[in-house]
Amino acid sequence: MSSSKVAMGRRSFIKSVSLAGGGMVIGFSWLASCKQKEAHVAVAQELPKEWFGMNGFLKIGDNGLVTIYSPNPEIGQNVKTSMPMLVAEELDIDWGDVIVEQAPLNTDLFTRQLAGGSQSIRQGWESLRTAGATAKHLLKQAAADAWQVPMSEITTENGTLSHAGTGASAGYGEMAAAAAQLEIPEEVPLKEKSDFKIIGTSRKNVDGTKIVTGQPLYGLDIQRDDMLIAMVVHPPAFGMQLKSLDASEAKNMPGIKDVLTVDTYSEDQKRSAFDTSAFTKLVVVVGESTWQVMQAKKAVKAEWELAPDIENEMNIFGRTMTVNHPAGLENTKTHTSQMVDMGPQRAEIVRKDGDPEKAFKNAAKVVERSYSCPFLAHNPMEPMNFFANVTADHAELVGPIQTPEFMEQSVAERLGLPLEKVDIMMTRMGGGFGRRLYGHFLVEAAVISQQMNAPVKLVYTREDDMTHGTYRPAYRATYKAALDENNELIGFHVIAGGIPESPLAANRFPAGAVDNYLAESWAIESNITTGAFRAPRSNFIAGAEQSFLDELAEIVGKDPIQFRLDLLQRSIDTPVGENNDYDPLRYKGVLELVRDKSGWNNQDASKNRGVSAYFCHNSYVAQVLDIEMEGDKPVVQDVYCAIDCGIVVNPDAASNLAEGGIVDGIGHAMYSAITFKDGKPEQQNFDRYRLIRHSEAPKRIQVDFVQNDIDPTGLGEPPFPPIMGALANAMYKATGKRYYDQPFNAPQPVIG
Amino acid sequence: MAVFTLNINGKQQKVDVDPSTPMLWVLRDELHLVGTKYGCGIAQCGACTIHVDGDAVRSCQLPVSSMGDYEITTIEGLSENADHPVQKAWLEHDVPQCGYCQAGQIMSAASLLKRSPNPSDEEIESTMNGNICRCGTYTRIKAAIKTAAGQ
Repeated sequence: MSSSKVAMGRRSFIKSVSLAGGGMVIGFSWLASCKQKEAHVAVAQELPKEWFGMNGFLKIGDNGLVTIYSPNPEIGQNVKTSMPMLVAEELDIDWGDVIVEQAPLNTDLFTRQLAGGSQSIRQGWESLRTAGATAKHLLKQAAADAWQVPMSEITTENGTLSHAGTGASAGYGEMAAAAAQLEIPEEVPLKEKSDFKIIGTSRKNVDGTKIVTGQPLYGLDIQRDDMLIAMVVHPPAFGMQLKSLDASEAKNMPGIKDVLTVDTYSEDQKRSAFDTSAFTKLVVVVGESTWQVMQAKKAVKAEWELAPDIENEMNIFGRTMTVNHPAGLENTKTHTSQMVDMGPQRAEIVRKDGDPEKAFKNAAKVVERSYSCPFLAHNPMEPMNFFANVTADHAELVGPIQTPEFMEQSVAERLGLPLEKVDIMMTRMGGGFGRRLYGHFLVEAAVISQQMNAPVKLVYTREDDMTHGTYRPAYRATYKAALDENNELIGFHVIAGGIPESPLAANRFPAGAVDNYLAESWAIESNITTGAFRAPRSNFIAGAEQSFLDELAEIVGKDPIQFRLDLLQRSIDTPVGENNDYDPLRYKGVLELVRDKSGWNNQDASKNRGVSAYFCHNSYVAQVLDIEMEGDKPVVQDVYCAIDCGIVVNPDAASNLAEGGIVDGIGHAMYSAITFKDGKPEQQNFDRYRLIRHSEAPKRIQVDFVQNDIDPTGLGEPPFPPIMGALANAMYKATGKRYYDQPFNAPQPVIG
Repeated sequence: MAVFTLNINGKQQKVDVDPSTPMLWVLRDELHLVGTKYGCGIAQCGACTIHVDGDAVRSCQLPVSSMGDYEITTIEGLSENADHPVQKAWLEHDVPQCGYCQAGQIMSAASLLKRSPNPSDEEIESTMNGNICRCGTYTRIKAAIKTAAGQ
């Protein structure tokens, strides 16, 4: 049994309860019951007469019901179910007696209330279990005091305290009042992993019934008395800004309250990593209903002009950096040639092992291939929106945000309010994918509410959302391999870059497996804004690298899985260099598991299969994808996915997340792109921006997890990047053509 | 502005709006039936799907003035207790990730099964192609439709 230090006290908890109450005033309940004995029956639970707070993570009712606060933002990764499962495990409560509530932002109580980097479970693993164990400790202490027996003799199971010697027994509800008065212990024991009863068992989404019955859950669903609707008009192209505004017609339209201009940031405001640079002066239309505001938006006559060079000083996780956005109207055609022209003379060496120059000079054969991908829009199905009610001395903000803690600082600074006067409540989000890390819309809503002196819900149209930037950057990578006369890999060179950043992770595989290795990076500045998109950088470089390794395996005449396993074995036996950022044993483990589960070695030779494996966000994923041709159309059939993310908290939900990552990856690699003409995005809605649809999804997806006792690591992102390589490699088998440039369904450029 | 009397989820509802207002915004802003979602506004994503006399229709392209006394059903009116076979199947397969598109998916699926109680894979795909799920729950949606089929 391990033990864990307890980090929270009761004082901070009391503050949390009063804040959590604040979340209720938006007009609908956030309660989400876990009691789905029969999945379709929404059981009405009798609420307790009194709740007793054990610590900031949970409270226990006098009837034994437990409310667990889920601290992190829910974007569809299902942490609202899996994080409370960790608390419930150590509390020893029946999951059916648990009610889950979303916690508001509370920096006194919780750390890292952020949806990003696939870190919620990994970083909450100890603190959430400790919260449950602490409450259980207090209950046991209360029972020991009441029964006058040693606390060590008291056992717990499913919300019941028992003492075998005296036969005494009580429900948690009976001891909750006394337990709530006790001192919080400094250290509590945590369960052995072999004793887990909830962790590792599949539990349904706590919001499932609400979702399938259409109950209000999302930011866009918020309704308040006297609430106004606001919409923005931003410049039509990157590199442009507002010159003049004629709102006379729009202002006179039915239901319209005002048309105003809004600056997202004050002039000298220091920006953080999650503040954006695009379109920080906006025209805003405010009115009574969404449709009225939409109509008035079309009647706004704005003149736009070229914007100057923009230079922003930004605080990127404690480091001050200057980010440049050069003036001009950019074009995809120019971007493509700029990226092709970036050569080694303009790149920076980020890792070098051995003597790569000599290896390439002495090589019997050199293989060189280049890969590219376009900008992508995140396009969560729920467009950007936020509710704000700003008064003279307080700001209340409710809505979908992945980075509430960062945005609290931005809003406080912009409004001139102290941090404790800004309250942020996170709603369930209609997708995130990184888009809602950049909460300009939250700040905009606050400023509009302040200027209008009214509660306001800011709503972006799909077009506003898709043309606002924070895109996945465009990337390009060139790989070179040096082979000796025995077809052994003696040198490896990758040079990669993008607009505006490089996708390279120089210490990842195959670094460590090749004697002579060189990795170089370059970047091109742009005024098109970009941001983290599900598995940033990995979401391109994984597919490129895994396609290149596939081609290399073919050239040296090896089975593509065996080729990778041999390289990984090299990295185990005699690793090259230092700081290799992966565990080759676990990497091999997922490749071997997917090889076995997909029947790779016994396969029908006519199958068009591609394999791929990647490590990112602390987890290992290998995938095999099968394609059948229907006429000249490649159709994805089966996908096999093997994952090592340590302990799997909620297996069926984890499979769902991996299935989604696979569909998402196939879709973006195959169909999606944002392109620019004179700074203007050429895709503004789903008529021209292609997302994967039902008939294009795999027919079957099988997800298998490596069984081990390693503390859990990320899952939201890792299954997404490698599938693009598996797809490209299977497409080659099916069509005889290699696919180097995403999206694959667009005409592929002729390789010179 | 004009007053319209609408037949929604078996109830008569009066609204006073501009006749061009799409049913999507009448439902969401006027009647606070927010289960019907806004995703694109141009009938490309299916998030706003409702039933008009039992047929799945994109409510973002449906002016309130065209509704007459058609029977309108929204996700809130699909069943009394989340017990429509499609809703039950959705819960059984734990389909949703973010959940935002799922009301539209369920409304499309329910209409498909009414028309064709045991649809083929091709029929499911071609009907459901109008509903985008950005999280990629398509394989679970198909499995749930098959579970609900024939019930």
